Amino acid sequence: MKYIDEFRSRELARKLAEGIAREADTGREYRLMEFCGGHTHAIFRYGVQELMPDNVTFVHGPGCPVCVLPIGRIDNAIGLVEAHDVILCTYGDMLRVPASGRNSLLKVKAAGGDVRMVWSTQDALKIARENPDRQVIFFAIGFETTTPPTAVAIKQAKAERLENFSVFCNHVLTPAAMQNILDSPDVRDLEKVAIDAFLGPSHVSTIIGTRPYEFFAEEYHKPVVIAGFEPLDVMQSALMLIRQINQGRAEVENEYTRVVTREGNVKAQALVAEVLELRRSFEWRGLGEVPYSALKIKSPWAEFDAETRFALPRVEAADVRGCECPRILRGVKKPTDCKLFGTVCTPENPMGSCMVSSEGACAAYWSYGRFHQARTRESAA
Amino acid sequence: MSRRFAQRLDLRNGTVDMTHGSGGRAMAQLIDELFVRHFDNDLLRQGNDQACFEAPAGRLVMSTDGHVISPLFFPGGDIGALAVHGTINDVAMSGARPLYLSAGFILEEGFPLAALERIVASMAEASRAAGVPVVTGDTKVVERGKGDGVFITTTGVGVVPEGVNISGDRARPGDAILVSGAIGNHGVAIMSSRENLEFDTSMESDSAALHELVAEMVTAVPGIHCLRDPTRGGLATTLNELALQSGMGMRLEEAAIPMDEEVLAACELLGLDPLYVANEGKLICICDPADADALLQVMRAHPLGERAARIGEVVEDTDGFVQMETRFGGSRVVDWLAGEQLPRIC
Repeated sequence: MKYIDEFRSRELARKLAEGIAREADTGREYRLMEFCGGHTHAIFRYGVQELMPDNVTFVHGPGCPVCVLPIGRIDNAIGLVEAHDVILCTYGDMLRVPASGRNSLLKVKAAGGDVRMVWSTQDALKIARENPDRQVIFFAIGFETTTPPTAVAIKQAKAERLENFSVFCNHVLTPAAMQNILDSPDVRDLEKVAIDAFLGPSHVSTIIGTRPYEFFAEEYHKPVVIAGFEPLDVMQSALMLIRQINQGRAEVENEYTRVVTREGNVKAQALVAEVLELRRSFEWRGLGEVPYSALKIKSPWAEFDAETRFALPRVEAADVRGCECPRILRGVKKPTDCKLFGTVCTPENPMGSCMVSSEGACAAYWSYGRFHQARTRESAA
Repeated sequence: MSRRFAQRLDLRNGTVDMTHGSGGRAMAQLIDELFVRHFDNDLLRQGNDQACFEAPAGRLVMSTDGHVISPLFFPGGDIGALAVHGTINDVAMSGARPLYLSAGFILEEGFPLAALERIVASMAEASRAAGVPVVTGDTKVVERGKGDGVFITTTGVGVVPEGVNISGDRARPGDAILVSGAIGNHGVAIMSSRENLEFDTSMESDSAALHELVAEMVTAVPGIHCLRDPTRGGLATTLNELALQSGMGMRLEEAAIPMDEEVLAACELLGLDPLYVANEGKLICICDPADADALLQVMRAHPLGERAARIGEVVEDTDGFVQMETRFGGSRVVDWLAGEQLPRIC
């Protein structure tokens, strides 16, 4: 495939791997946190870690929208279907995320609840048009990348006077989460997690640009390289980070220049600012309450806000006992440190959110990484 | 032996109603004027509730497959042809020559008879082309809203040639893994015609009956170890099944797996992995490495195996891992499909 194969070239990968091996100082460790689940997925799918020297490791960050949504919000969504008999439209991955009491949207659907899997906000609007007698709710999740389509859907609903349509808004913000990780005691004081540098998000940065990361580079003295999602992007970005670390620099560099600019997509930003605004605080699975880390629907558009329309309560819900998703999301623990991993928790029967999405660290470890664990066991024995 | 009915079945504007499954005259008329007319053969024309035939010498195989695909008509095929090909292939994957099929229809009240006729005609055409007649069947009607137009279950019987012993547990270390052609076409064709996912592609389903290809393969190499068609769950899931059954691991080379540009592009766009996308006219063959070249030659000489390729080998591995060297130069495990990539593709 033209325009894609170029970013997956075996020859270039080999050269880059040689370059990294040459430049990485064998006397130290390089711990690079990839914030995005998309990067985690690419690293496992193409076997990128294997092409790295032993002292360069990827630390998996919390950038998986399905993973960071707290259980209480999924309980809210289930409540909407069960108590209000609405049509709930959601992206496929959300269906399998475990909610309280071992429930899930998939189980609610099987029991007769009207839960529909959609591919875009436009599908949800179409369902609303076709079912004027039913309340249709779009379960909006995701980082900055998926936010503009939600804003467009709300504007469209207003223009069309689609009074039966509303949005359950769960959009979260990347920079706030990165800052939270850097400020967490695990990183700052206890030094349980060592993060030397960040691979910055690809798609998120197409919207917000590279400017929002400049603060981290400067304030926390951590290099950031905005990296594309192709495996060569990941490797090139790793090399750029290693160079920064070696030279004692901490800057924001942009590897993904074919799409990302410093200012980002100004039009999309304006659109989002018109319809959505910052929440004072939002709960993240793994990170807890994070100030100014999520968006809600602005009051002029409140009629399309499912939280207002259905007076949704705040639900406090605990993770399954023993599930290490919270610590895995912060990079404190690896999936294999969790007692549930691979024993009772598998992609077929997920106990925690990190095992559900293909962008989740546990699912990636399980699907692509078991082989290496088995081999490590063998060589240790 | 045509029965007389006051009026002919309205195959243009008529719809299925509850009487078509009630066992009465309406059902008899549907069978006569639609099913028997299209599937026409001696055994069916006898009008019994079963087909009675001589069993040839040798071991018989039997397989059954339910078809619930949505949409019913898709580029390169429809549920009718698929129901014939699917079962013929399941029978053929034992190395057998398929002999007869049965067909069970579950129709939803209100389903247009014109669409039903199109499906039955396509089934009849597929069965004639394959030389495997539908010799017995059943029809039931469910109330509106309790089905999805039409569901079809087909069962097939076949006979295995002397000296052929093909089974999923026979893969041995060092065995070659072959695939008969490009993967993922069926799944992508189905997705492209989904109501909520329409995209333009010239991709057609690869739905085809593979028994003639198999016949040539087993004639050339009777000692083939395993055959399987990678339908739901795609190549990846089928190889995992075989690895588990045989208690072996596998090593694949991604660059050797034939894939069409359009399938790759569609999968890229939808975020899917082509290794997990369904096929309906492809087979995987595991054989002694010494037989691989002979088999590839036979396969490539057949229209359904033109792009046959050797994609990997069986290795000893108590964990049963299917690993793959990626085009990128890394390696990874190719796991079972978890959950569903997409609903109802066959």
